[in-house]
Amino acid sequence: MVSSSLCIRELCKRYGDFVALAPTSLDVAKGEFLTLLGPSGSGKTTLLSLIAGLAQPDEGQILIDDADVTHSPAYDRDIGVVFQNYALFPHMTIEDNIAFPLKMRKVSDAEARRRAGEALETVRLPHVAKRYPRELSGGQQQRIALARCIVYRPAIILMDEPLGALDKKLRDQMQLEIKRIHRELGTTIVYVTHDQEEAMTMSDRICLMNAGAIEQLGTPQDLYFRPRSLFVADFLGESNLLSATVRGVDGEGLDIVLAEQLAASRAVGNGSRFAAGEPIKVMVRPQNLLVGEGGQLSGRLTDVMISGSLTRLYIAPEAAGLPQLVAAHPTRSGSPPYEIGQRLSLGWHAADAVAIHEGKGI
Amino acid sequence: MATMRAISQRLGWTRAAMGAPLVLLLVLFLVYPVGQLLLLSVHGDNGFTLAQYRQLFASSVYLDVLLITLKISLVTTLVCVVTGYPIAYLISGVGKERKATLLFWVLLSFWTSFLVRAFAWIVLLGRNGVINKLLLWLGIISSPASLLYNFGSVLVGMVNALLPLAVLTMLSVMENIDRNLPRAAATLGARPGMAFWKIYFPLSLPGVAAAGIMVFVTAIGFFIVPALLGGRRETMITQLIIDQVQQTMNWGFAGAISVLLLVVVLIVFAAYDRLLGLSTMTGASAPRNAKPSRLSGPVVRAGDALLTLLGAISDRIILLLSSRRRDRNPDQAGMGLQAFVWTMLLVMSAPTILMIPLSFGNGGLNWPPQGFTLHWYETVLSSPVWTQAMLRSLLVGIGTGLLAMLIGTPAAFLLVRSDISGKAAWLAFILSPIVVPRMIIAVGLFYVFARIGLVGSAVGLVLGHTVVAVPYVVITMMAVLRNYDTRLDQAAQSLGARPLATLRYVTFPILAAGMMSSFLFAFATSFDELTIALFATGGLNATLPKQFWDEVTLQVSPVIAAVSTCLFVFMGLLIFVAERLRRRAAAR
Ligand SMILES: Nc1ncnc2c1ncn2[C@@H]1O[C@H](COP(=O)(O)OP(=O)(O)O)[C@@H](O)[C@H]1O
Ligand SMILES: [Mg+2]
Repeated sequence: MVSSSLCIRELCKRYGDFVALAPTSLDVAKGEFLTLLGPSGSGKTTLLSLIAGLAQPDEGQILIDDADVTHSPAYDRDIGVVFQNYALFPHMTIEDNIAFPLKMRKVSDAEARRRAGEALETVRLPHVAKRYPRELSGGQQQRIALARCIVYRPAIILMDEPLGALDKKLRDQMQLEIKRIHRELGTTIVYVTHDQEEAMTMSDRICLMNAGAIEQLGTPQDLYFRPRSLFVADFLGESNLLSATVRGVDGEGLDIVLAEQLAASRAVGNGSRFAAGEPIKVMVRPQNLLVGEGGQLSGRLTDVMISGSLTRLYIAPEAAGLPQLVAAHPTRSGSPPYEIGQRLSLGWHAADAVAIHEGKGI
Repeated sequence: MATMRAISQRLGWTRAAMGAPLVLLLVLFLVYPVGQLLLLSVHGDNGFTLAQYRQLFASSVYLDVLLITLKISLVTTLVCVVTGYPIAYLISGVGKERKATLLFWVLLSFWTSFLVRAFAWIVLLGRNGVINKLLLWLGIISSPASLLYNFGSVLVGMVNALLPLAVLTMLSVMENIDRNLPRAAATLGARPGMAFWKIYFPLSLPGVAAAGIMVFVTAIGFFIVPALLGGRRETMITQLIIDQVQQTMNWGFAGAISVLLLVVVLIVFAAYDRLLGLSTMTGASAPRNAKPSRLSGPVVRAGDALLTLLGAISDRIILLLSSRRRDRNPDQAGMGLQAFVWTMLLVMSAPTILMIPLSFGNGGLNWPPQGFTLHWYETVLSSPVWTQAMLRSLLVGIGTGLLAMLIGTPAAFLLVRSDISGKAAWLAFILSPIVVPRMIIAVGLFYVFARIGLVGSAVGLVLGHTVVAVPYVVITMMAVLRNYDTRLDQAAQSLGARPLATLRYVTFPILAAGMMSSFLFAFATSFDELTIALFATGGLNATLPKQFWDEVTLQVSPVIAAVSTCLFVFMGLLIFVAERLRRRAAAR
């Protein structure tokens, strides 16, 4: 198993006055699968290029296994990159493409050929060796890009939205494939995507980026259930965000009052500190919003949408100052028919109500 | 069934109406005249004869001229491709704004008349020109050297004339090379030299080949530069054709020389096709789709080994040269490359620019300029010969622009939008005016025009110029139409617009910028055209280039510097406007 740890210290990149990456620090453990997630333009590719040595940082350091590589050129870093549009060499056969990094490492012809063959086996395309990239489908090209990257066993692999151009079904299949290869090789992988579902299913940890800075770093569960900011809550999955005020704090739990003194309730913190009297938002995920129970709130049903496995109820709360809410539960056959306009009482378990600071998390 | 047939018949008629004007134009004013000229070479008083060819090969005179022509063209091509490559490479890789600046200078030279540039070199290299003055001042020589009328001056003039063409041709290929590929190579362990030679260079080869053949074929048909900058020993083959027609009216012999020239050009194209395939010629075909060359296995392997070697050597040199390399932005071009490119661009435009102050001086064409006078401009403007030539050129240029656009655009529609059979053959036919040396077309047209009384008329000139300008219109419009989203038309039709209304309200407004730029291209081609004008004006009713030519071959005077300056400024403005239009179209 070859894998290295990656350590980024206060790395910063500017284009003129524009800050593409604010000073950022990040540690990636040996063998970890870390995903950089964020909207388009949030600096994911910039960070990846800096790690790969395809761009030079203005400040900061990059360490691989504790060795400073900030100023080593890309060809000396022993990092593999899978580019967004695959970047296969169009004038070379698939075999030559895959053998290229080996040739650059002065591996003999026969050995290079043998190992290219192995890599093709790994990505399950042993029969395309003599073809040219343009003769392959998008999904196949994607696998070849992967094969070219793993063939020389780089200690770290970077992937920039590698599945962005594929259709949904192929994407799901390739996600499994990449996870399998990660398990088999044990390589450290830094993966970029703007698709939150992909990030949730694949990663050991997610690094959520926004406007050139890290918004939150943690396991998928952390980010989903304990978002540090409204941005995180909003970016990962659906959420109901209710305005509230903190009444008191006891350990992890909070006493709160919902929407302008309306109802007293309980919530849990998201890991940061809250003060009594502070205005906050409370996040309840749709699947945790219980219809017909508890009864912190009541509202009228405005819409029902059945999307396969989930049924979504859209509810307008009766109290003023609250946004439209959405509740979700598994679709059951013969479930009680809902009527638009019907009055519903809504509730949630205190453990499922997460307090988030109004501004940025501390 | 019957209606189906009626529809398909109507479709057939529409297609014929769209393509026929272009085909008719080319048959009447390209195929027929050139065919006539070639026939004349084997036609004697009593039928078929090879007398002309016997004369051609009787002495070594003509073969020597052919050899000199080939030598000059070959060296010109080599120098243009080798120096043009770094220029195109830099331009294809820099950011938008710097690219616009660099491209402006290339386009300015490209569009500055060959005549103006050749004349500028006469002034620059003359006994009292800038170069001699500089060398004297530096103490390198003690008396003015004769820098003109030798192989060197012809080469300088030829390279200056054709370098922009080489750069633009290579650029069209390089712009389609994915810059991520060398970057990917770097992450895979390739040092910069290796990444360039093994990845970038092979992908840019179609551009190199296309530039090579374009420059070579243009050079082989050149006469302006060798006539103005060369001595007797730099006579090129087209000059012989001019002599035969203008001095002895020996059509048969002119035809025989034309055949010789044509055969050489066709051999070059055939060889190119064998090695690389003519389809790479259009350049625009993305290298990603380009077939690997048709070269056989051992050649490819040898080439690969050579590239590996070049890569290794380059990397060794880079390693030796730079220890500072560490904190350099890997994406930024080296200082050396930038310096080289700017020097070349300067050398390309400097002669014309240096001539500007001379046109306002009263010290003749000697450097440095003395005093300030508008006398030369007054002379030009008060001379009816010049003003009429100017008017005529404008008129012919506008006529050519309109006609070429009217004929070329429907043909482009046909080639892009419909599935007519034998598209490649049609395209080859339409592009043939670029392939056939201009001189052959000009002499053939002269012969035909003389018999139908079109010599000296504006109509004849417009027709002749349209023949050589229309391929560019078709290429430009085809490119524009390929990028055009036909769903817009469908949307318009689904909203109730009939075909004509769709054209009027949707298609044309969107295509307007493309049509305008192809109009300008055709206009500029005509405005700068000398070869056809040389004969078809028939000695009177000269166009501007013809008048320029007549004057400059008689004497070199500041009046010509004044005309050159006017032309230079006019072309600069035209490019500026065309660029603006192009960018507005691209911004949509
Ligand atoms: N070479 C560059 N010059 C100027 N701005 C750039 C350059 N590369 C990226 N940027 C800017 O930096 C920001 C982050 O870009 P990027 O890292 O590509 O975002 P992401 O990959 O997250 O979509 C974007 O706003 C982009 O416009
Ligand atoms: Mg990106």
